[in-house]
Amino acid sequence: MTPTPASDQREPVTGAQALVRSLEEVGTEVVFGIPGGAILPAYDPLYDSPRVRHILVRHEQGAGHAAEGYAQVTGRVGVCMATSGPGATNLVTPIANAFLDSVPIVAITGQVPLPSVGTDAFQEADISGITLPITKHNFLVQRAEQIPQTIAEAFHLAATGRPGPVLVDIPKDILQQRTEFRWPPVLDLPGYRPVTRPHGKQIREAAGLIATARRPVLYVGGGVLKARASAELARFAELSGIPVVTTLMARGAFPDSHYLHLGMPGMHGTVAAVTALQKADLLIALGTRFDDRVTGRLDSFAPHAAVIHADIDPAEIGKNRVADVPIVGDAREVIGELTTALQAEHAAGHRADLTGWWQEIDRWRTTYPLGYEEPADGSLAPQYVIERLGKIAGPDTVFTAGVGQHQMWAAQFISYDKPYTWINSGGAGTMGYAVPAAMGAKVGAPEKLVWAIDGDGCFQMTNQELATCAIEGIPIKVAVINNGNLGMVRQWQTLFYSERYSNTELGTHTNPRGRQLPVRIPDFVKLADALGCVGLRCESAAEVDATIEKAMSIDDQPVVVDFTVGKDAMVWPMVVAGTSNDEILAARDLRPDFDAGV
Amino acid sequence: MSVHTLSVLVENKPGVLARVAGLFSRRGFNIESLAVGPTEHPEISRITILVSVEGNALEQVTKQLNKLVNVLKIVELEDAQAVQRELLLVKVRADDGNRRVVLDIVELFNAKVVDVSPEALTVEVVGPPAKLDAVLKMMGPLIREMVQSGMVALGRGPRSMTQAALRAVERAG
Repeated sequence: MTPTPASDQREPVTGAQALVRSLEEVGTEVVFGIPGGAILPAYDPLYDSPRVRHILVRHEQGAGHAAEGYAQVTGRVGVCMATSGPGATNLVTPIANAFLDSVPIVAITGQVPLPSVGTDAFQEADISGITLPITKHNFLVQRAEQIPQTIAEAFHLAATGRPGPVLVDIPKDILQQRTEFRWPPVLDLPGYRPVTRPHGKQIREAAGLIATARRPVLYVGGGVLKARASAELARFAELSGIPVVTTLMARGAFPDSHYLHLGMPGMHGTVAAVTALQKADLLIALGTRFDDRVTGRLDSFAPHAAVIHADIDPAEIGKNRVADVPIVGDAREVIGELTTALQAEHAAGHRADLTGWWQEIDRWRTTYPLGYEEPADGSLAPQYVIERLGKIAGPDTVFTAGVGQHQMWAAQFISYDKPYTWINSGGAGTMGYAVPAAMGAKVGAPEKLVWAIDGDGCFQMTNQELATCAIEGIPIKVAVINNGNLGMVRQWQTLFYSERYSNTELGTHTNPRGRQLPVRIPDFVKLADALGCVGLRCESAAEVDATIEKAMSIDDQPVVVDFTVGKDAMVWPMVVAGTSNDEILAARDLRPDFDAGV
Repeated sequence: MSVHTLSVLVENKPGVLARVAGLFSRRGFNIESLAVGPTEHPEISRITILVSVEGNALEQVTKQLNKLVNVLKIVELEDAQAVQRELLLVKVRADDGNRRVVLDIVELFNAKVVDVSPEALTVEVVGPPAKLDAVLKMMGPLIREMVQSGMVALGRGPRSMTQAALRAVERAG
């Protein structure tokens, strides 16, 4: 929040003006939204605001995801705005997404006038009721004079503690009411007291365990990025010499190129990361929540490990796995204090020898590195495309992804060496996240190259925001990993449903319904053109580098590249849902032999 | 399964009860009874919840409740350290043939007749859950209809849990 000197000046304003003035005062530089009946009064003063830029999106879901992309790349609160009823309900998916990934956004919605609330009025939906389970908190404003305080509280709640989405619903007549504007308001949140300072006793106990563990692993989650603690983590990891795994939400929190890094754990994690967790005697879990995609079958996850669990949300500690040393606090403060405490342990001569542990880990790393096979049918390998894109675009590029195979390959085959360069839909697994999130990220970091890596299924859910990008001058680049199918679903059909491909072919390669229609529906190159973007296509490995370079040479327009890839490529390694991480398959029918050579 | 009594102080604002009740159903916690009412401070309400949980799930219940922005304070009231009361109104068949029997039960349990008609009596019973159960057992076949409140409870001794919560409200305000 931008601090503003307190003033006793009261400006006579409307509720709508108070809203826009409040947004200016909390430091909002951009709002993604679409006007409509109930929110219309707010759009009038917004038109004149010298400090708040409004970006007119094409679907409210795009506004919400753009606010998330903006928040994740900048660390500031993203803002989206919609009208009542369907405008507001279109925000439900991004709000749920932000809730599961702890992304700080504030959603502002118009509501029907207060006297009409509860009468099933035109475009009425009880959006505060609907979003109750998916917001950190929400407000239904009852009087215009409450607007500045409510906005200040909403931003405070979204950004502090465990971040998350906050919704502010404002009836139309409240926006039109006359009131006085005064800033700053006093926050009235007596029940909200997030703990950021860890308890010293817990820290000392944790440091004692860390110093003596023989097979420790640093299990790092998205909370480390939220706390902006990458530098502290690197210092701590190097001091301790402990192997690091970064979850899907934490990719980039620790450099992939670092020798201590074993990669991503979980369902599609590296063999080394998954196995290190299984064989560990101590997990140092930082800002992470033992999600089912990481743990596999919970009762067989890391069976020999004591657990130090640090999180800013006390409810995460002990929720899925009992913590031997629970630490409530901000990840940056926790890691900083752990570093000091561990130095004291080392000074006292307490330091376990990790050589044997590293020998085992290195054997898993060298025997089962991430890799992929060239498709037997000679088609372009999607993993190759993503690998080359990562190499050519470089470590400063921001990558976004939706959900599915393209997302997993992007998490696996791009080396993330800097924080805030990987933005995806982790907890919710929202199709269509990549394009609008890239738009928001590019607005938040216009100096950065932003590539959305998307699937052909995801891309067809939200590509209309490319019109927004073209018109508003937001030159993102989109790599559509086009395998003509809902790839991850198809992969499960291949593995678990006897190759019965029920409703997964999309027709973006070949039209399954006969020859009267065009072959590619839609043709992504033509679609890109229609949306004011440059459309490129690449169908062979030989063209990949040149196509990426061509896309990178265009910076005055969004670019869409249709990478037409084979449909049979699968994401490996894989821990089949509901099974133990011990059952990880390095590739189809290939179970690692962990005891070989011992 | 074990039943626990939680006394939850919340801000007296619209929608707070929905937030609390919604949290229980959403997270799969079972509510046995719930009673909400004012406290001696107009800005604070008290919700008394009986929750039945398995194993150590009570900790998750209180942690999730604490995450609600409008929740000020939660105390678990152990049965031995709290006074617990429920209110029961029960309408029973009572004509000239059996009125005396009903009145004997009323007297026995220190209950109260609050409405009389030629064929029925309405009886008010206040007490801990076990007492209400005993009354109902005795009235069994005579019951025409009944209504029972959720349990309310206060910790024994001189301490007040609203004082600390009130200080927080005043600090914030």
